[in-house]
Amino acid sequence: MAVTVKIPAPLRSLTQNQAEVTVEKAATVQAAVDELSRRFPGLKERLLDDKGALRRYVNIFRNEEDIRHGKSLQTALSEGDKLTIVPAIAGG
Amino acid sequence: MLGVGGLGCPAALALAEEMPDLRLVLVDDDRVERSNLARQILFTDREVGEPKALAAARRLSQLAPGIRAEPRIARFTSGSAKELLDGCDVLLDGTDDFETRFAANDAACALGIPLVHGAALAWTGQLLTVLPERGSCLRCLFEGPPPPGALPTCAEAGVASPLCGVVGAAMAGEAARLLRGGQPLALGRLHQWDALRDRERDVLVPRDPRCPACGLASRAAIRHP
Repeated sequence: MAVTVKIPAPLRSLTQNQAEVTVEKAATVQAAVDELSRRFPGLKERLLDDKGALRRYVNIFRNEEDIRHGKSLQTALSEGDKLTIVPAIAGG
Repeated sequence: MLGVGGLGCPAALALAEEMPDLRLVLVDDDRVERSNLARQILFTDREVGEPKALAAARRLSQLAPGIRAEPRIARFTSGSAKELLDGCDVLLDGTDDFETRFAANDAACALGIPLVHGAALAWTGQLLTVLPERGSCLRCLFEGPPPPGALPTCAEAGVASPLCGVVGAAMAGEAARLLRGGQPLALGRLHQWDALRDRERDVLVPRDPRCPACGLASRAAIRHP
């Protein structure tokens, strides 16, 4: 199933400056991250720590919902879902 | 107002004009640099080299003579938080480093002071309003700050000047609503701007009962350097 992933500005250098990427086959958030990693080397390391958990300063939302409050990376995806990657930003 | 920079300048200006009897405490330990002038709209060439808190307080007092602008040339930390926030009803955070942002969040939660968190990097902006005991906080969204170098800072990625005006004005709007007893717009939701593509969207930030800053878990779990 195809989902759309919104890439935040601080990570776009890894996605050839694309702000939005479509992942064709991903049943879970983990699968979507794996597919992104295959296409865009280095992206996974920015999202996940050495143990494969979401980094403490990055979050992922499935549509409007924070995946940390559900099944985290095992959150199931449906056709047309939007994943939004949100890193902490500190500029001011 | 923590940080009198790209966000703090427009936020302070809008708030001072909106609320003419305001007491506005301006906290910043930095000095005005020429490269700041495009987006730090309270400063001109004449203020280059001067502490930002002093220059901003003087300019705001000229523009809105009824306000009480109090400069504090200081760094906001968990140690200085209580003194700097003494008598304050709302905390606006427009600082440019992660450690200070989490310190501001934790102090707001511990002291029960509403926090308006605004941030900008390149063309991306964020706004989150925290009402202690009533809603989620920054640590419900992110567990903690990144280690140095893990994410670009505004010094590395830059900040788009037009976006600073947008986010700063939104911060002032949230503060004015809070000071007048109104309902903030970014309570429990992170409002995001993608100013390059002219898109805005919200994501929900539910309260985390395990949050060490605002939840039931022990606040002693938070360690600041």
